[in-house]
Amino acid sequence: MTIALLTSILWVTIRAGTSLLYATLGEILTERSGILNLGIEGIMITGAVTGFAAAYHTKQVWVGVGAAVLAGGVLALIHAFLTISLRADQVVSGLALTIFGSGLANYLGQRLGPKGAPLVGMTGPKFLPMSIPGLEEIPVLGASAFNQDVLTYASYVLVPLIAYFLSRTRPGLHLRAVGENPRTADAMGVNVAGTRYFYTILGGMLIALGGAHLSLAYTPGWTEGLTAGRGWIAVALVIFATWNPGRALIGAILFGGINAVQFRMQAAGTTIPAPFLNMLPYAFTIVVLVLITWWESISKRVGAPAALGTPYAREEKR
Amino acid sequence: MRIRLERRLKPSKTAGLVVALVSLVLALAFGGAILLATGANPLLTYKAMAIGAFGSKYAFSETLVKAIPLILCGLGVAVAFKMKFWNIGAEGQLAMGGFAASGIALFLPKMLPGFPKWGLLPSMILAGFLLGALWGMIPAILRAVVGVNEVITTLMMNYIAVLWIEYLFYGPWRDPKGYGFPGTAQFPEAAWLSRYPGTRVHLGLVFAVVAALILWLILSRTKFGYEIRVIGENPKAARYAGISLVRNILLVMLISGGLAGLAGVCEVAGISHRLQKGLTVGYGFTAIIVAWLGQLNPWGVTLVGVLLAGLLVGGDQIQITMRLPAAAALILQGAILFFMLGGALFTQHRVRVDWNFRRKPKEVPPAEAPQGGEP
Repeated sequence: MTIALLTSILWVTIRAGTSLLYATLGEILTERSGILNLGIEGIMITGAVTGFAAAYHTKQVWVGVGAAVLAGGVLALIHAFLTISLRADQVVSGLALTIFGSGLANYLGQRLGPKGAPLVGMTGPKFLPMSIPGLEEIPVLGASAFNQDVLTYASYVLVPLIAYFLSRTRPGLHLRAVGENPRTADAMGVNVAGTRYFYTILGGMLIALGGAHLSLAYTPGWTEGLTAGRGWIAVALVIFATWNPGRALIGAILFGGINAVQFRMQAAGTTIPAPFLNMLPYAFTIVVLVLITWWESISKRVGAPAALGTPYAREEKR
Repeated sequence: MRIRLERRLKPSKTAGLVVALVSLVLALAFGGAILLATGANPLLTYKAMAIGAFGSKYAFSETLVKAIPLILCGLGVAVAFKMKFWNIGAEGQLAMGGFAASGIALFLPKMLPGFPKWGLLPSMILAGFLLGALWGMIPAILRAVVGVNEVITTLMMNYIAVLWIEYLFYGPWRDPKGYGFPGTAQFPEAAWLSRYPGTRVHLGLVFAVVAALILWLILSRTKFGYEIRVIGENPKAARYAGISLVRNILLVMLISGGLAGLAGVCEVAGISHRLQKGLTVGYGFTAIIVAWLGQLNPWGVTLVGVLLAGLLVGGDQIQITMRLPAAAALILQGAILFFMLGGALFTQHRVRVDWNFRRKPKEVPPAEAPQGGEP
C-alpha cells in the first residue's frame, strides 16, 4: 500500500468518524448519569437539518452549529422531562424521540428552503479542511489527521477533556455516582434529577453537533435520511467503548474506517454490488456488538452504569 | 403544600382512557404549534387530514388498506414488548416476508409446472411468515445465548433487509420489460389476495383480525401468555419461578417476526403484486407507536392501527391538497407517543396533594429511628 493511499484512507476515516465520535461522546455523558437515550438518530438528523437551514439562511456556518446544538438540547430536554420528571420508560421515550425527530427533520427539510421550498439540493456555507502549520509536515498524519475541519479538531480536544472530567474532577465524580447509585448520591447531597437533566441535555447537544458535522462538513447539504443509522451505530459504540471516551475514539475510527473502505472499493470499481457494500457498517455493528458482549461476559466485566435505565424516586424503595 | 406520587397496585383503566384522549388532544395542539411556526394553518390542515382519511367511503377504504400492515406489525411488536424484548426490527422482518412471498410467486410456478394454483398463496404466506420469523430469530438467539442488546441488532437487521430487497429489484430480479422501473415482474394472478370490489382492501384485513384474536387468546388464556407477562413485569420472579427465558424469547420472536413477515406478504400479494421500491415505508416503526398506544393489547392494537393508518392517509392527502409535507403525520405520531408516555405517570400513580403539609408539624412522628437505608 502506498503512502498516498494510506493517507487518503486515513483522511476519510477520520472525517467519517467525527459525527460518530460526537454522538458517542454525548451518549456516554448521558448514560453515565443513568439515562438511556435511544433518540440519538432523531436528534442527529434534526441537528443536521436545523444546522444546515440556519447556516444556509444566514450564510454563517457557526450560526448553523449554534442552531443544531440548540435543537439537540430542546429534543433532549423532552426526553429528560419524560424520563426523569414523569418516570416514563426510557426505551420507549427514546424510540418516540427518534420517530419524532426523523419526522420533524423531513418536515423541516421540505419547508425551510428559500420561501418555504424544500432544502434538498441547496448549497450553503460549509466547514473546509485546513492544515495546521507545523503539524502538516508529519508524514501520513500531517495530511490526514491534521488536514481536517474545525469541528473534527474540536473533537480531538473533547476526548481527553471528557475523560479527565469523568475520572479526575468532583462534578465528574458526582455524575458517575448518580449513574451508579443514585440513592447514595442523593445521600451525599448530589441533586440526582438536576444532574440527570444537565447531562441528558448536554449529551443531546453533542449528538446534534455530530449531525451538524454531517450537513455542514462531511456531506454538505441536506438529503432525507442523511444520518443513515449513524445514531444507532453510536448506541452500539457506547457499549463498544464500555462508556469510556478514549475507547469511543477508537470505535469512531474503526467505523469511520469501514466507510473509507466502502468508498475506496466503490471508487476502485469493484464488482461487488453497491447494496452489499452499503450493508457493511450495519453487519459490522452486529459483529462487533456480539464480540464485545461475549468478551464482557467471559471476562466478567460490566461496563454499564449500574442504574442505567432505571428511574429514581426518593420515596420509592426498589 | 406538597405533591406526592403513590404507586397504584394496578394501573387504572379509567385513567388510561382519559390519558389516551388527553394525549391525543395535546399532541394535536403541539403539532399545531409546529405547523403554525412553519407558516401553515393547523385547523385547515387537520380538517384536510380528517377528510382525507375518513371523509368518504373511498378514503376510509384506503385507511383500512394501510391499517393491515400496521395492525400485523403492531401485534408483532406488542407481543415482544410485552416481555420487554425490544423488537424494533419489524420493518426488516416485513421486508423479508415480502421477499420470500415474491420469490415463491415469481419462481415456484416456473420451477414446478404441475404445482396447483390454489397452493400458491398458502405457500407464499407460509414462506413469508417463516422468513420474517427467521429474521427476528437471529437477534433473539444472539440475545438469548450471548446476551447481545436486541435494540441495536434488530435495528441493524432492518437496514440489511432493506438493502437486500433493493439489491434484488434493482438487480437480478428486475423486470426486463419494466422500462428500468425498480421492481420485479408482476405476479401471476393466482398469487393475488382477493379484494373487496371497488377498493384496494384485501383479504389481509381478515388475517389481521384473526391474528389479533389468536394473539388475544394466547396472551390471556395460555400458560405461555402468562409466562410472557411475568417475564415482562418481573424478570427476577420469572427466574425464581423456573420460567425459561431462552425458550420464551425464541417463541415470542418467532411470532413477532412472523407477523411482521405476514404484513410483508400482504403488501406484495394484496397491493403491489410485485416486489418493488416502496415496500418499506416505515410501517415497522409506526408499529412501535401502534403497539404502545394500544397498551400492548391485541384489540387495542387493532383499533389504534386503524387510527394511525388514518393519520398516514391524511398525511398523504395534505401533501396533495395543502402542499404540506406528509412528514407532518410522523411528527404527530411522535408527539402522541410523547404525551401518552408522560401520561402513564397518572395511570400508574395516584397523585396526592398535601395542602397542609407544612402547617401540621405535630402529625409528623417525632425523631424517627434512622432507617436501614441501602447497603
